[in-house]
Amino acid sequence: MNGAQMLLAAPEFWVLVMACVIMIVDLFLREERRGIIHMLAMLTVIFAAIITLRADYLVDGVQSVTAFKNSFIRDPMGDVLKVFSFVIMGLVFTYSKFYLRSFKLFRADFYTLSLFALLGVMLLISANSMLMIYLGLELISLSVYALVAFDRDSGRGSESAMKYFVLGSMASGMLLYGMSMIYGATGSLVLPDIAEAIHAQGSDDILLVFGLVFVVVGIAFKFGVVPFHMWIPDVYEGAPPATVLFISSVPKLAAFAMAYRFLSSGLGDLHIHWQAMLASLAVLSIVLGNLAAIMQTNIKRMLAYSTISHMGFVMLGLLPGTSFGFGASMYYVIVYGVMSVASFGMVILLSARGVEAEHLNDFKGLNQRNPFYAAIMGLVMFSMAGVPPMVGFFAKLMVLKAVVEAGMMWLAITAVVFAVIGAFYYLRVIKYMYFDEPENETTITAPVDFGAALTLNGIMILGLGVFSSSLIAICMTSFGA
Amino acid sequence: MIVQELIFYAFSLVMVFAAIAVVTVRNPIYAVLFLVLAFFSAAGIWMLLEAEFLAIILVVVYVGAVMVLFLFVVMMLDINLVPLKEGFTRYLPVAVLVAVAMAVELLMVLWSRGRFGASMFPVPAPNSSDYSNTRELGELLYTNYLLPFEVAGVILLVAIIAAVALTLRTRPGIKTQDPAAQVRTRRDESVRLVKMKSEKPRGT
Repeated sequence: MNGAQMLLAAPEFWVLVMACVIMIVDLFLREERRGIIHMLAMLTVIFAAIITLRADYLVDGVQSVTAFKNSFIRDPMGDVLKVFSFVIMGLVFTYSKFYLRSFKLFRADFYTLSLFALLGVMLLISANSMLMIYLGLELISLSVYALVAFDRDSGRGSESAMKYFVLGSMASGMLLYGMSMIYGATGSLVLPDIAEAIHAQGSDDILLVFGLVFVVVGIAFKFGVVPFHMWIPDVYEGAPPATVLFISSVPKLAAFAMAYRFLSSGLGDLHIHWQAMLASLAVLSIVLGNLAAIMQTNIKRMLAYSTISHMGFVMLGLLPGTSFGFGASMYYVIVYGVMSVASFGMVILLSARGVEAEHLNDFKGLNQRNPFYAAIMGLVMFSMAGVPPMVGFFAKLMVLKAVVEAGMMWLAITAVVFAVIGAFYYLRVIKYMYFDEPENETTITAPVDFGAALTLNGIMILGLGVFSSSLIAICMTSFGA
Repeated sequence: MIVQELIFYAFSLVMVFAAIAVVTVRNPIYAVLFLVLAFFSAAGIWMLLEAEFLAIILVVVYVGAVMVLFLFVVMMLDINLVPLKEGFTRYLPVAVLVAVAMAVELLMVLWSRGRFGASMFPVPAPNSSDYSNTRELGELLYTNYLLPFEVAGVILLVAIIAAVALTLRTRPGIKTQDPAAQVRTRRDESVRLVKMKSEKPRGT
């Protein structure tokens, strides 16, 4: 262990230090100067992105470097996911500030807890041992439980936090149990060592498969795919939208990294077993997510079920086990994060002072109230439905290509059929915005930074779609495809 | 050897009995006390495994601090268990079905190829008398497991922040002491000298 190895985790240290600094600075700030906290948080994510991008460990064709006795791994995939986590986090902070200000919830705890959750995301993305996977996961979960209950006077918030907490603890327990089985069968906590042990002893060990089942349950819960999706609609509906912004985007990137590292780097030889499990999770999620979303009249619940179906698509990309599939899946999860943040940004935008926009009807006639924001919401909805040239189309295309290449035609056909059914509820929002009369004529006002961030977000959705090849290339080279 | 085995079985039996009692006894105080008993037995088994440090920590931290705190909470809260048990019989058939299915599957896996039998693992050689479990543990924690150890610390910090963020509220209109103001107080704020004429005693 030397200093150079320690520096590999420099972005993590930076975020940790800044989270603590923000916590302490807040003690000395008067209430009207809390804006400084927001500035510091933005500074944190910007510098974290810069530190991550200035990586000089990739020399002479080195693909990955480990530190802290194999607990921590730094590789291009992790760096890409981290940088996008920082970008999305910046958007999350900008959108949340507006929400927290108008609902009188603007406290530094939100920023501290979010940054600790971000730290958990980074550690999970870089985890190279089962111990670090578990700790990263718990760091995210604990911060998020508190963030869900952040609005203490909201009964629904506390209720959904409690549900999330109980279900999340169950999932953590399952994951730990599976890890203990795998540790028992292989005798190591470090993922590459596990892969080596499995390779040496053969993969037909029932104990390994038994452990794998519980590990997949843990991963599926983190993604929120059917049948481990129960918490998603309740949390999305009950939690403050500022928290949902975060939950629905950044942790999914970490969940992808966790799934890749655990299933491919660790349990790659058990591919045939986890492929079947992921296939059933994917089909169930795409079917149930899309069908249930049609019936929702609450925009948050609708977006919750849409998350479930999108995560089904991420599972589709993971299950071929090829580097092309992983690249496609990574691309999908990044794109989903960008779209999801924009959709909840719109929900926050429409929330008038003290009243949250929850009903789909709140979007009626948005074009007459503000054509610009209506256009951005239109972009988001078209992208989520998978209409070219928006970015969501290319994400779906890549994932389906990976599945077809792996020879699972029926999976691809099912996914496409239900994606078309799902397009209905996205297009319904657009119909409401453009062809219906507004129920509420109040003008929509937002601070400058909010509008700028939402515009940037819309440009990302359109731009990453029109110029999709660069991001796809980055994702693919991360896996050497 | 035979003495060690006898001790092991004694501790194990007590632990299993105590663990079952924790979830079956009606009185929550008894449940907490049975949990203490289970911890003590586990500490005994760890002692047999030559993990003295863990055994002592289990007694000191869990029995000494956590469980006593727990006992206080249970006594203070005066939980009425009757509403908690409502619906118990309603869900019982499904719960039993799932539990039995899970248990059978687990047992099938665990017994399938004897992966966990005593014959699968050689008996570990006892450590020499100058072996220090605490030292070994400390060395591992600060070398191989440095990062996990630090992250565990961060998780505890988050737990503190979350607890404070969710429970600390400043309600208006509560009468509290302000020590600074109390110390700063001057004589003329609390003592008022009143000039008045001396009165003559009555009756003279």
